[in-house]
Amino acid sequence: MKRVVFNNKFLPLLLLAPQLIITAIFFLWPAAQAIRQSFLREDAFGLRTEFVGIDNYTALFRSSEYLNSFSVTLIFTVSVTVVTMVFALLMAIAVDRLIKSEKVYTTLLIWPYAVAPAVAGILWWFIFNPSIGILPYVLRQVGINFNWIFDPTDAMIFVVIASAWSRISYSFLFFLAGLQSVPASLREAAAIDGAGPVKRFFTITLPLLSPTTFFLLVVNLVYAMFETFAVIDATTLGGPAQSTNILVYKVYQDGFVGQNLGSSAAQSVILMGIVIVLTVIQFRFVEKRVAY
Amino acid sequence: MTKFFAASTMALIASLSAAQAKTDIQWWHAMGGELGAKLEEITKNFNESQDEYNIVPSYKGNYVETMTAAIAAFRAKQQPAIVQVFEVGTGTMIAAEGAIYPVYQLMTDNQEPFDPAAYLPAVAGYYTDTSGNMLSMPFNSSTPIMYYNKTVFEKAGLDPNTPPKTWAEMEEFSKKIVESGAATCGFTTGWISWIQTENLSAWHNQPIGTLENGFGGLDARLEVNGPVQVRHWENLKKWADEGLYKYAGPLGGDNAPPMFYGQECAMMMNSSGSRAAVVENSKDFDLGFAMLPFYDDVEGAPQNSIIGGATLWVLQGRAPEEYAGVAKFFTYLSSPEVQADWHQFSGYLPITTAAYELSQEQGYYEANPGADTAIKQITLNEPTPNSKGLRFGNYVQVRTIIDEEFEAMLGGSKDAQGALDAVVERGNKLIEEFQAQNQ
Amino acid sequence: MVENRPILNILAHLVLILGVAIVALPVWIALVASTHASNDFLGGVVPMWFGDQAWNNYSRMLGTGISTSGMPPVSWMMFNSLIMALGIAIGKIAISITSAFAIVYFRFPFRMLAFWVIFATLMLPVEVRIVPTFQVVANLGMLNTYPGLIIPLIASATATFLFRQVFLSMPDELTEAARIDGAGPMKFFWDILLPLTRTNIAALFVIMFIYGWNQYLWPLLITTGSDMYTVVAGIKRMSTVADTDPQWNYIMATAVLAMLPPLLVVIFMQRLFVKGLVETEK
Repeated sequence: MKRVVFNNKFLPLLLLAPQLIITAIFFLWPAAQAIRQSFLREDAFGLRTEFVGIDNYTALFRSSEYLNSFSVTLIFTVSVTVVTMVFALLMAIAVDRLIKSEKVYTTLLIWPYAVAPAVAGILWWFIFNPSIGILPYVLRQVGINFNWIFDPTDAMIFVVIASAWSRISYSFLFFLAGLQSVPASLREAAAIDGAGPVKRFFTITLPLLSPTTFFLLVVNLVYAMFETFAVIDATTLGGPAQSTNILVYKVYQDGFVGQNLGSSAAQSVILMGIVIVLTVIQFRFVEKRVAY
Repeated sequence: MTKFFAASTMALIASLSAAQAKTDIQWWHAMGGELGAKLEEITKNFNESQDEYNIVPSYKGNYVETMTAAIAAFRAKQQPAIVQVFEVGTGTMIAAEGAIYPVYQLMTDNQEPFDPAAYLPAVAGYYTDTSGNMLSMPFNSSTPIMYYNKTVFEKAGLDPNTPPKTWAEMEEFSKKIVESGAATCGFTTGWISWIQTENLSAWHNQPIGTLENGFGGLDARLEVNGPVQVRHWENLKKWADEGLYKYAGPLGGDNAPPMFYGQECAMMMNSSGSRAAVVENSKDFDLGFAMLPFYDDVEGAPQNSIIGGATLWVLQGRAPEEYAGVAKFFTYLSSPEVQADWHQFSGYLPITTAAYELSQEQGYYEANPGADTAIKQITLNEPTPNSKGLRFGNYVQVRTIIDEEFEAMLGGSKDAQGALDAVVERGNKLIEEFQAQNQ
Repeated sequence: MVENRPILNILAHLVLILGVAIVALPVWIALVASTHASNDFLGGVVPMWFGDQAWNNYSRMLGTGISTSGMPPVSWMMFNSLIMALGIAIGKIAISITSAFAIVYFRFPFRMLAFWVIFATLMLPVEVRIVPTFQVVANLGMLNTYPGLIIPLIASATATFLFRQVFLSMPDELTEAARIDGAGPMKFFWDILLPLTRTNIAALFVIMFIYGWNQYLWPLLITTGSDMYTVVAGIKRMSTVADTDPQWNYIMATAVLAMLPPLLVVIFMQRLFVKGLVETEK
């Protein structure tokens, strides 16, 4: 809180106006529309509308597809988060050891951040293509038949890899920064006590990394839940048999492709609830982090 | 870089100013690749043939994307005058009475000569209402046929000029091909929904749904879980397990063509509309064409196959002069020369009898053996209520369900009966929802 | 390092080389694929070494595009992407920095309400309000326009909070000195705050440029004419075509071109990029 401020009643509102107007028109109003729409039933072209109360919501929770989408989302987000973070941490630890070549490796590892998730999806789609892709070909040579087009597990592995790939650089940078802030004196002290590198990592480094880890956990979960839309749309389209149809993708599928606006709106409203909870967790945590 | 921007900007400005004098008519379509090139050529020829109208084609992605983009645009009052909608979107379009401008009416309102009898009944029937009025303009209609690799047939010790006629022969030939090592798989197929479910039903004169497959009204329901369909799905699962058949993916089965071109699979069932692409990509081997196989112990088989592909729908809410242009364009599009050219280039069916006859006169079918397989197959018998086509709401999603249940069966979590029962149950829910939205 | 264990160092190098290879694999394959002819992909396996069609593929995509399927030249789509990315980056920074300035340096009624309204944008990602937002944009006649591509995406709580944090860390003495000199708030903003936040702005610009360039769902929905396609959304349209096969060489050439600008930004402005990433952590 600033002690010294300017006295002007009109200017601050003027300064805020663009942000507030845009927020109102493109965020709050559509959100309100989504809530309204979630109580309506309408045909595709918007020619007939009918109020149906909470029918759209009850139909959702009775639909096995929707419940399935919940568990798919859970498996997907947790897998993406774990794969991303383990890989990123491994890279960060290795880079942290090698002071001389740190710069080179960092550059070589952070650029995937620049690749749009949609493009990443296309690239991995090409690599995993069951007929001409390189990975299924290599796997066939060792006797594994990898075919995500009809195997739900393979499809899940495929979208997890494609989604995690775009996200590694981000976690890597934060882990590296976290590792570099671990005081050398602590490690030295432990080394003098005879603790080997592995023991030192688990007793000293990892606990000190826990704020970073927790932060990345939340951020990556949010990423996997919402921003992977493009990856799914460029690869599996939610299939096979709904096995990669995450909640965000289902909203789009039911709303835009299925033209079932009421159900899609009800799903949006439920998702908004989830984002609100996640945002609150994230911010409560950031408050704590500041205290570190 | 700057050079490129400058060049493309100039091109854009040039095309804009040239168009200024004419009435622009938006046409959203789903034709990519070679077909897109041909489509652009057709519109260019039309635009140059007169100086009042300018058809502006825009590629909007695949069929689903094109249709949903048009619906979203309609809701936002930004709709194009013409949109290409695939056959399973027909139910949705017909139900949207205030949104569509039926073609027969458009032609009458604009005093364009129009004779519905000129169109092939097997094609136009799909898009005609119960009183015989044509609601949309057929453009690219196709039907599934079988493509086969004669070179592989020979290697396997089969007669390259005798393709399998029945499913029993399919199995037998596929076994020979795989066992002899001529190819690693016997056959693959695009479109599990369209080819191995809907067409299978029509080809064997089995109902897909009640009320003449939905032609009779919004309260029609699916009944595609009959014994013939169950038997066929069961077989496909068995053949997949034995390695005789390879699944190529949901919807159009994107991996079928590469497996066929790569000589991995010796036979492929796919749209006759893919003929141009198949011929183009099969230069390493001799290509053969055949009708779809059938079960010879099913009475009435083979009946006739049904069409797929797309038609052009006209949307309401544009200026009258645009509709006058649309009517002129449709007349141009239906002319025997344009149709015959489009048909011969693409492999889509000729939509008028005149175009078919013109192609015969031009000696096209003699020069291109197999090119008339599709036409023969679709006109094999007078269509029955089971083989006219199908018309259900929300059918785009029903097709997805068919793929999902088929995949569930291949994965082993369901048997054929269970999978098809689930198709009917889940599909009918969507159809009920559609009925509720539109009543 | 605490102790020098060569074996561990070698292991670290091995792990990293393997990691870098995994990370680079998709791009390598895309690069290779973009130099072949389209029928090199039918059957068999993707080629692993360069072909001789690079010039042909890239000049075709940049120059004419697959105009045959309504795809404009990639150079044109990249131009659209550039406008969108710059618009989003500049727009976000402009409206966020003024909002943060208002919230930090003024006391006025509903200050907290404004703060919370901005905060709410964090909770409404575009993916969850996609259908109604599309309708709003359509009703405003903004479909298929640059403002339609840009404006709905420029509200940003993250950027506002970042600038708020930066401003809060500025010493009060600065403000006081400005007031004694008789400088008004806007003069203070232009002459003192802006120069002092230059690097923050630059870092944020880098991040937001990448964010803008990589937008997918939004341009996919609201560009109804091919003249407005952006390159990231355009690739998807190329890869799904009815009744014919994807032209992999062109798709991959486009993919390479689409990732080039943000890639160059990350590599050549690495310092700013890292700073931006760390600062925008929410």
